[in-house]
Amino acid sequence: MNKKSKLAAAPYLLWMIVFIIVPLLLIAVFAFTTTATCDADGNVLSEEELAEYLAECEENEVEPVLTEKNIFTFQNILDVSKYSTVLVNSAWLALIATAICLVIAYPLAYMISRMFYSRQKLALMLVMLPMWMNFLLRTYAWMTLLERNGLINKFFGLFGIGPFNMINTQGAVVLGMIYNYLPFMILPLYSVMTKIDDRTIEAAQDLGANGWQVISRVVMPLSMPGVASGITMVFVPSVSTFIISRMLGGGTNMLIGDLIDLQFLGNAYNPNLGAAISLVLMVFIFLCMSITNQLDNEDMEGVLL
Amino acid sequence: MRKITSKIYIAVVFIFLYAPIFVLIANSFNESKSRTVWTGFTFDWYSKLFHNEVILKSLLNTLIVAAVASIISTILGTAAAIGIYNMKKITRALVINITYIPIMNSEMVTGVSLMLLFVALNIDLGFMTLIFAHITFCVPYVILNVLPKLRQMNRSLYDAALDLGCNPLQAFRHVVIPEIMPGIVSGFLMSLTYSIDDFVISYFTHGSTSQTLPITIYSMTRRKVSPEVNALSAIIFIVVLAILLIMNLTDIKRSSAKKRAKGVRAE
Amino acid sequence: MKLKKSAILLVSSLIVTSFMTLSTAAEEPEYSNSVDWNKFRDRNVTLNVYNWGEYISVDDGENLYDTNREFEELTGIKVNYTNFASNEELYAKLKNGGSSYDIIIPSDYMIARMINEDMLEKLDFSNIPNYSLIMDKFKGIDYDPTEEYSVPYMWGMVGIIYNTTLVDPEDDVYSWSILWNEKYANNILMFSNSRDAFAIACKYLGYSMNTTDEQELRNAAAALTNQKLLVQAYVMDEIFDKMTGGEAALAPYYAGDAITMIGDNPDLAYAVPREGTNLFVDAMCIPKGAKNKEAAEMYINFMCETKTALHNCEYIGYSTPQSEVSEYLDPELATNPIAYPDEATLENTEAFIALPDDTTKLMDELWTSILTANSSAPWTIPVFLIACLGASICINVTRARKKKRGN
Repeated sequence: MNKKSKLAAAPYLLWMIVFIIVPLLLIAVFAFTTTATCDADGNVLSEEELAEYLAECEENEVEPVLTEKNIFTFQNILDVSKYSTVLVNSAWLALIATAICLVIAYPLAYMISRMFYSRQKLALMLVMLPMWMNFLLRTYAWMTLLERNGLINKFFGLFGIGPFNMINTQGAVVLGMIYNYLPFMILPLYSVMTKIDDRTIEAAQDLGANGWQVISRVVMPLSMPGVASGITMVFVPSVSTFIISRMLGGGTNMLIGDLIDLQFLGNAYNPNLGAAISLVLMVFIFLCMSITNQLDNEDMEGVLL
Repeated sequence: MRKITSKIYIAVVFIFLYAPIFVLIANSFNESKSRTVWTGFTFDWYSKLFHNEVILKSLLNTLIVAAVASIISTILGTAAAIGIYNMKKITRALVINITYIPIMNSEMVTGVSLMLLFVALNIDLGFMTLIFAHITFCVPYVILNVLPKLRQMNRSLYDAALDLGCNPLQAFRHVVIPEIMPGIVSGFLMSLTYSIDDFVISYFTHGSTSQTLPITIYSMTRRKVSPEVNALSAIIFIVVLAILLIMNLTDIKRSSAKKRAKGVRAE
Repeated sequence: MKLKKSAILLVSSLIVTSFMTLSTAAEEPEYSNSVDWNKFRDRNVTLNVYNWGEYISVDDGENLYDTNREFEELTGIKVNYTNFASNEELYAKLKNGGSSYDIIIPSDYMIARMINEDMLEKLDFSNIPNYSLIMDKFKGIDYDPTEEYSVPYMWGMVGIIYNTTLVDPEDDVYSWSILWNEKYANNILMFSNSRDAFAIACKYLGYSMNTTDEQELRNAAAALTNQKLLVQAYVMDEIFDKMTGGEAALAPYYAGDAITMIGDNPDLAYAVPREGTNLFVDAMCIPKGAKNKEAAEMYINFMCETKTALHNCEYIGYSTPQSEVSEYLDPELATNPIAYPDEATLENTEAFIALPDDTTKLMDELWTSILTANSSAPWTIPVFLIACLGASICINVTRARKKKRGN
């Protein structure tokens, strides 16, 4: 293929600029502007000046002439720090969910990768199948399970235990995250583990490694790239989720995603603040990812080539 | 002993994964509208589903958007991958890194940013914006599926075709496309599934007339999800299960046939 | 309070008429010929209607009257019907731009705010002859004093819905203070929209729900923050499912919906707190930029038809401002004190008025901080930071070791 075939990317480059770069710039623009009240000539009025002007108009019985203008401000970004507890809380819950996902998925992925080939395919398919069902419906089904009069409590009730208070707690939110994103942890782990040759493990065993040493010295280092991408794939959607906390957390445990939704399409309309929170969230996510990328530096270079 | 523990472990994880889906499907046969009380077995919700205009309309919308978006993104993405493959190293790295943004970034931020764009451009939110948004998050998947196939391809094949008298277009059609076809297909399928399943980005970019199934389900979850939706998802579940099983079986057959062939050759 | 007085007058007259016609529930009315319903037939017109959830009669198998389907059959105009959950959500959706709606049904204070911000079209009342059927007491109320922008759809009030099997009969459900009773910790559902939530807190503290006093609002916010520890979930329409399923003991909600819920679960009951409550009117409006204004006016006219209003009223349980409905209304509903409360109760209500921008903004801010003020332990921040630090140290150490080994 020749130099000319570079042109094939032209439509996409245009698309990329319009639909990826410009929107992100727009978020930045929104995050750093606010609507200010101005006088007829477009000069920004402070609160006192505005009050003064309005009083004057009332006195002279004339209609006040006011215009609005977007001005540059850092205020929105500063306002976000008011909600830093939300960010911390979201990150905390997402971190717990990611850790539990890793703990659940790691042995599972290893077990699957050591099955017969046909069994592996079947198990993998069963892992992916739930993802084809709408995630809202699955989360809603968890409501049915976790409610005070829900199925789990009814089950426990048969043995005279409970009822337990499960729905509308932080635990339920974490459970929702784990449930929805567990396959994203299993799949990358599986795909690196299946590449580990059985013979490598056998060699380690022959050289006198015990079961734990095989895992810690051979399997773990070789599976690091999978761990890294699994963590990213679970943590990023968990930290910014906005439906799970509403459905399973009852709106009492607001997460950063809910906060953004609230500013754009929810009960406290303020797109400038919403954009500022989005910007902070984005920076936070890319920071976290730069940490996880360290885990499999070599692998990422290959992709970034 | 160890085998049994691992079997139990796998079973427990799968119960966790499938418990809510079992609840969903069970409720689609429940006579009562209640989610937790079982009053009797019925197929009513399935027949009602086919008369529920809201659900059918949004299902249709979902399929239209997914089909259009994934076809356009496949074409756009394949062309882009070929172009990117031929770029200089630095530009290539830059473009690929930007392409990664919609995949890596939180869906929420992508959705909000696209909404701000459409509003700023004064485009009415509707089918158009929904399709634009879906293409935007689908194209990267196509590119990332096609690029590795291009890298794996032997460059001399293309040159050989030229030497043998093909013009570049013919060489492209008869040599390059077949080589990268698996990447294109998997990119298309990924786009299709992501587009059908997408809620967050659609939530911010849909208009009043272009509700997709996830959006309709969302507005239902705020009151009560009607059992018709459960019936629909049970049908989807069965269909997907069937497709996956068939794909899986043919895959196993093919690979065992390959193995056998290899074995024969080795002898 | 002009609105308050007019509301009382209106309801007292309404009660009289409803009692008079109690025994003579007449046959079902037919559609009038007030306008040419066929005007838009075959012109491929679609109306985007944006309404509250559960706020129109639909065919659910038991109730067979489907308002939108009837309208489509009568006029040949297609209706695209979608829902919002709160006034603030509607406002955000419209203000955000990009979406086009032809008919919206906000509440009183939101209509006033939208008029102020020039978000509504003036209606052409010659296309809505059925406006004459709206009771005079509902015309020209504070939120739309010049009768230019809105046609009332339903009215009602806010009360406490409670589960009689979960609430101790000793406790006083006729006071908002029960929503602050620690006995019901984790058993209380609360409004998830700021205006309704603040109204309750204000009434609980003895303020006006239209207060613009910053200190009073801050006190109300403090009360709501205290209440948060007792609240199981902040909800809007999720309440139907949760209350009828016995998931919570107490919840403030709208009277009409209380009737629906009690119908589904007889254990539920409804009480109007004596501190006073909110009387609201929801009205139909056309937002600026509507593409089919005249067809939208036809829809509004249709909604004011006696037959339509009757079915909507019976299905959703709210009280109608349409004057002819009471002649046909099911006597059980017409005498239901939840929908048509006595004069004393009505006298004790207050209507929302549009608040100044500053107050709205303060309320939104306070509300967000109430919802986000986490009850999570303060140690989360240090732990989080330590975890981050630990992770990065771990990674760096392992990498350094790997490099060493490599060398």
